[in-house]
Amino acid sequence: MGSVVVNNIVKTYGTKKAQVTALNGISFEVAPGELFGIIGPDGAGKTSLFRILTTLMLADKGEASVDGYDVVKDLKAIRKRVGYMPGRFSLYQDLTVAENLEFFATIFNTSIEENYDLIKDIYSQIEPFKNRRAGKLSGGMKQKLALSCALIHYPSVLFLDEPTTGVDAVSRKEFWEMLRRLKEKGITILVSTPYMDEASLCDRVALMQEGKLMSVNTPSGIVEQFGKPLLAVRSGNMLQLLRDLKQCREVEDAYPFGEYHHAVMKKDFSQQELEACLKNHPGVTIKAIQPDIEDCFMDLMKN
Amino acid sequence: MEYVIQAEKLSKTFGEFKAVDEISFQVSKGEIFGFLGANGAGKTTAMRMLCGLSIPSSGKATVAGFDVYKQTELIKKNIGYMSQKFSLYEDLTVKENMQFYGGIYGKSNQFIKEKTAAIIEQLSLQNEAGKLVGSLPLGWKQKLAFSVAIFHEPAIVFLDEPTGGVDPVTRREFWGMIYQAADRGITVFVTTHYMDEAEYCNRVSIMVDGRIEALDSPHGLKKTFGTDSMDSVFLKLARGAARSAD
Amino acid sequence: MFILLGMPIVEIIIFGFALTNEVKNSKIAVFDQSADQASVAITQELNASRYFDVVKDIHSYSDIDAAFRKGTMKLAVVFPKNFHEDLLHLNKAQVQLIADASDPNVATTLTNYATAIILDYQDRITQGREVPYTIKTEQRMLYNPQLKGAYSFVPGVMAMVLMLICTMMTAVTIVKEKETGTMEIMLVSPLQPFKIIVAKAVPYLLLSLINIASILLLSTFVLGVPIQGNLLLLIGEGVLFIITCLTLGLLISTSTDSQQTAMFISLTGMFLPTVMLSGFMFPIENMPRFLQIISNIVPARWFYSIVKDVMIKGLGFTAVWKETLILVGMTLALLALSIKKFKIRLA
Repeated sequence: MGSVVVNNIVKTYGTKKAQVTALNGISFEVAPGELFGIIGPDGAGKTSLFRILTTLMLADKGEASVDGYDVVKDLKAIRKRVGYMPGRFSLYQDLTVAENLEFFATIFNTSIEENYDLIKDIYSQIEPFKNRRAGKLSGGMKQKLALSCALIHYPSVLFLDEPTTGVDAVSRKEFWEMLRRLKEKGITILVSTPYMDEASLCDRVALMQEGKLMSVNTPSGIVEQFGKPLLAVRSGNMLQLLRDLKQCREVEDAYPFGEYHHAVMKKDFSQQELEACLKNHPGVTIKAIQPDIEDCFMDLMKN
Repeated sequence: MEYVIQAEKLSKTFGEFKAVDEISFQVSKGEIFGFLGANGAGKTTAMRMLCGLSIPSSGKATVAGFDVYKQTELIKKNIGYMSQKFSLYEDLTVKENMQFYGGIYGKSNQFIKEKTAAIIEQLSLQNEAGKLVGSLPLGWKQKLAFSVAIFHEPAIVFLDEPTGGVDPVTRREFWGMIYQAADRGITVFVTTHYMDEAEYCNRVSIMVDGRIEALDSPHGLKKTFGTDSMDSVFLKLARGAARSAD
Repeated sequence: MFILLGMPIVEIIIFGFALTNEVKNSKIAVFDQSADQASVAITQELNASRYFDVVKDIHSYSDIDAAFRKGTMKLAVVFPKNFHEDLLHLNKAQVQLIADASDPNVATTLTNYATAIILDYQDRITQGREVPYTIKTEQRMLYNPQLKGAYSFVPGVMAMVLMLICTMMTAVTIVKEKETGTMEIMLVSPLQPFKIIVAKAVPYLLLSLINIASILLLSTFVLGVPIQGNLLLLIGEGVLFIITCLTLGLLISTSTDSQQTAMFISLTGMFLPTVMLSGFMFPIENMPRFLQIISNIVPARWFYSIVKDVMIKGLGFTAVWKETLILVGMTLALLALSIKKFKIRLA
């Protein structure tokens, strides 16, 4: 039995005239204790999905359960056992750090002491500022406070909606390290993010685009599904190189990727022919590489 | 070499706090200059000074040849600005937005008309020109916002995290537009949280605690720090930061 | 947009046509103890004027008192015994005008009109005589002998302040939670949504009680408006009205998503009607029929009338039970509606 089970969820917004489909038949399952990533750009439907799973919204179609409880019927049971961190910073800005935590402990009928060991790791980092108002904290600290508050009642499932958006690379790394440690304590974690590079930090990921799941798999599984040769190409004139690559007959797709261009090749391409096609680029470097999640995401998007 | 931005020991202090601490650098015409730093490193403050929105505490700087102390109005006329949050007017149509911004910068009707047509052509928005911007998908909005930011052919365009939350395909299309703008001689000054995007810049500066700790081409930086990705260059530098604030 | 353009039009119409301080067809009591030629003639003149409608079934001072308590009449004309005889033999007679001065403006207007009509009559019968007849009018301002404006605006301000604080603040604070996203977290907690609302409302209940206390203290000691009736009854009615306003605020908050809208609805939808239609600024009796009907759904109207009766006129619960019942009914209806509308989910 999955910790989170989602079956054919559909959600639309707006009037009949201007209808937007936020979720278009989503199904997946998350095993207990799994760190599950939902990866997709803004507008893919991540927030809608999280709101449905946290009982904040009703789906138009389909059913879902969290910890065995139905998201429509067992509203109260679910609200007792999930932790939720919405995308926006949603704490009381004019209460202090300690007061916020105290407050959330109270509304979940628990005390800070009771589950302190769970949040100790995270909370100890912001404890020096516990008398500061939450509104005056820096982005990274706000995030830690929000996570502490979401964990205060020892939830069995934790929903984190874009916790790392707009956060710099250092804080993002720290945040993922915290999630790893939480996972070890047996908490099922669903996290959404627009950053493709964070996929590799999850046990399994769902790639989401325009209300649909394009793929659900382990990060390495997704990479294996790619199934086409991928090359990294570099030369002195990158802009011209990209134009030329797109002209080559054996190149299915080419796009910039960091310091290289990535070229998705037809299955049985020959290296000589490619080199011949790029003969105008002296000193061109061509190497075969493993695709990463971003390559896969783009590939899936284009299909 | 023609420099479009020149900063020398530029500083901004708020009371005791040195938000920007004696930064010096030059950006040449048509360059794509990446401006990186952790949250709270002082990027936003520095960018505000360069855009003429905030008067420096000390140091010198010129932007598009104008002084950041005295000629802020002229600076504003000669730069473009776009951020993830700053968007177009959602309840105006694509065309109306362009007319509006063209008007703000005092462009002639003839210029606005031609330019609008050119942008609509370039972004293949023929069917959407009369639609409200609010109804467009995010990726299109961002591309349109960029086109509007350089509508008046500024010398420099400042981009503050322009691609946040955008899907990877659109992100690349967006960078394609940045390259084209740079090709036309528009200098691009860009901040981003995506480290792979830092690679697309000609040169990258990394701010830590109000100072520029590193400034080089992505290739040069990686060589100096002995790693193979910008990500680890950034982490190496930013991990040493003493402060973290927004 | 419609509101922006429509508001001024609606306001001009209401102010210009509907809300007037002018007296028209106001019911007055005539207690005629002589019922002779002169008194009947004057009564007819009063009745014939466009200002007054005379109600005749008044046979004693206690009838007048009862009519004033009910609030159906605001002026009584009392002819003493032997009115005509006095006039004929002594060349002078007296008429007593008793006015309900809890609304001093109305009282003054009514007595002025009545006096003018009586003087008119006097002049007419005097014509061609050497010794003039003199009809002296003696005025009595009931409840508010000094005709202080404070007597009418204290209850009005009370209704206004409570309406403003309770309705607007409740609506705005709840909507603020929606805006900042804290409502989202609250909902995904075992906390019962209704407890959240109660917790939000209680501070304003207390705050409003302090307001009532300070208004009452100020009016008694600074403005010299005494509390004629039972203080406990007054406070009890105050609490009832506060609860009405709180539920109203709650209802607004359930149907809006931004603080701005909540504020706007509270102001235009609640505050203006309170000022204009509660009877505080403009007497309800003088409004056109449709506004009178609308004024019935303005809670402040009933509260204003209660406070006036209890505080100024010194009446007891028996005089205000009807208004009280209406307020209770409104509160229950609003509460039921907002509970029904309160979403346990976001959308």
